[in-house]
Amino acid sequence: MESLSNKKKVLEQKPLSFMERMYLPAIVKGMGITISHLFKKEATVRYPEVEREFSTNFRGMHSLKRDEKGRERCTACGLCALSCPAEAITMIAAERKPEEKHLYREEKYAATYEINMLRCIFCGLCEEACPKEAIYLDGPIVPADYLRKDFIYGKDKLVEAPLEMKK
Amino acid sequence: MSEKVKVTIDGITVEVDNGTTILNAARQIGGDIVPPAMCYYSKLQGSGGKCRTCIVKVTKGSEKDPRPMPKLVASCRTTVMDGMEVLNITSPEVLEARAGVVEILLINHPLDCPVCDQAGECDLQNLGYEHGLQKTRYEFERRTFERIDIGDKIQLHMNRCILCYRCVFTADQITNKRVHGILNRGDHSEISTYIQQAVDNDFSGNVIDVCPVGALTDKTFRFKNRVWFTKPVDAHRNCDHEKCNGKVTLWYKGEDVLRVTARKDQFGEVEEFICNTCRFDKKATSDWVIEHPTHIDDTSVIASNHYETLKPLPVIKPNAALQAANEIELHKTVKY
Repeated sequence: MESLSNKKKVLEQKPLSFMERMYLPAIVKGMGITISHLFKKEATVRYPEVEREFSTNFRGMHSLKRDEKGRERCTACGLCALSCPAEAITMIAAERKPEEKHLYREEKYAATYEINMLRCIFCGLCEEACPKEAIYLDGPIVPADYLRKDFIYGKDKLVEAPLEMKK
Repeated sequence: MSEKVKVTIDGITVEVDNGTTILNAARQIGGDIVPPAMCYYSKLQGSGGKCRTCIVKVTKGSEKDPRPMPKLVASCRTTVMDGMEVLNITSPEVLEARAGVVEILLINHPLDCPVCDQAGECDLQNLGYEHGLQKTRYEFERRTFERIDIGDKIQLHMNRCILCYRCVFTADQITNKRVHGILNRGDHSEISTYIQQAVDNDFSGNVIDVCPVGALTDKTFRFKNRVWFTKPVDAHRNCDHEKCNGKVTLWYKGEDVLRVTARKDQFGEVEEFICNTCRFDKKATSDWVIEHPTHIDDTSVIASNHYETLKPLPVIKPNAALQAANEIELHKTVKY
């Protein structure tokens, strides 16, 4: 059939010449390329020991933030779970007791907060939905693991470490 | 006085009984032109005229006296006259005034929607979403109150109250002796039971349903779940209280009934008041005869993941072999 674009090139297959049939020059040429790569700069990094610099809008593992007094910001309003297209987030709310005022910012807090990292697509909608600026996807890449159950991250992995109080 | 009168609302003409209010005439037409109402409640006599969100513009008083009304009028308190012409959403003046009313209603409102149990089915939230500003211009301290327990099942958050008086009318109407009301005047007004005396009546729980904001909330549902994660299902039971017909909406989360409320119509008003036994004490599926999932308006946040069939169609074809293989994988607790 006639080509529409006229870009088709017809290749002619000729029998190999004597030099080509020897293969040695081709082997030397190929080895040359391989060896030259030994002296070039590495294109890869030794992850996870070495990490590349992320762009500023990179979305990695979630972290639940604390406010300036070290109290958890999350109030378990459920908007992150509602906005989540993968339904990766679940939580159970609880009421703050009077003696827990230094731990939680609002009268309601998330007693359990779980993100299934296998479901999460790191779209960042939870971050956008949060009215309390409590969740950010500012962590590293979620590490690999062996068991499915270990990918359900609870508050132990998500909540930021408390601030070191200066004495 | 029972002859029909013609009234035109936003260009739609409807024939209604003499003595109907503009709001009710608009509700007979239905759709977008129904003015929002925060204090008026069709089931409560004497309610309305307080919040002013239902204001409309009357461009022609009646056939006999075609002069327009000089000010915007509260549609819940103004009765129609023959040949009356009313503008609601087609008048920019009305929309601007309504935005102003919403701003005033929100002056003392704490906007603690992330914490509030009413969020998702709150009239003020919807109103603010449609008409409100992104931020407040109010610079002063908002008035604050302590939480008050009215009985052991109802909690009053006076901070959130917009003083619509609905709960007071409810108490007046469906109970024979009212024990709560409004104390003080003007800016200092507050709903109270006076020395926190418990409201002790079989129908006291209905104040939760009539409250347009989260001021009166169900303590048995407090912080249990967000309403948009629960699944409403209509159900009924044979209630032995003579005034209660036991027709309710159950709010399910999984297998558990988290909350029982009265059924609400399209204007967010309860169809019939239910007794406290049905509301607070019957929270097992075995107590109820389930009818069908409650119809939820598409614009409501509760409509997300809400199906109108009891058993939604499966999204994945069941594959026994695959499930059996995953069974092992899912229940593994050690690496090898």
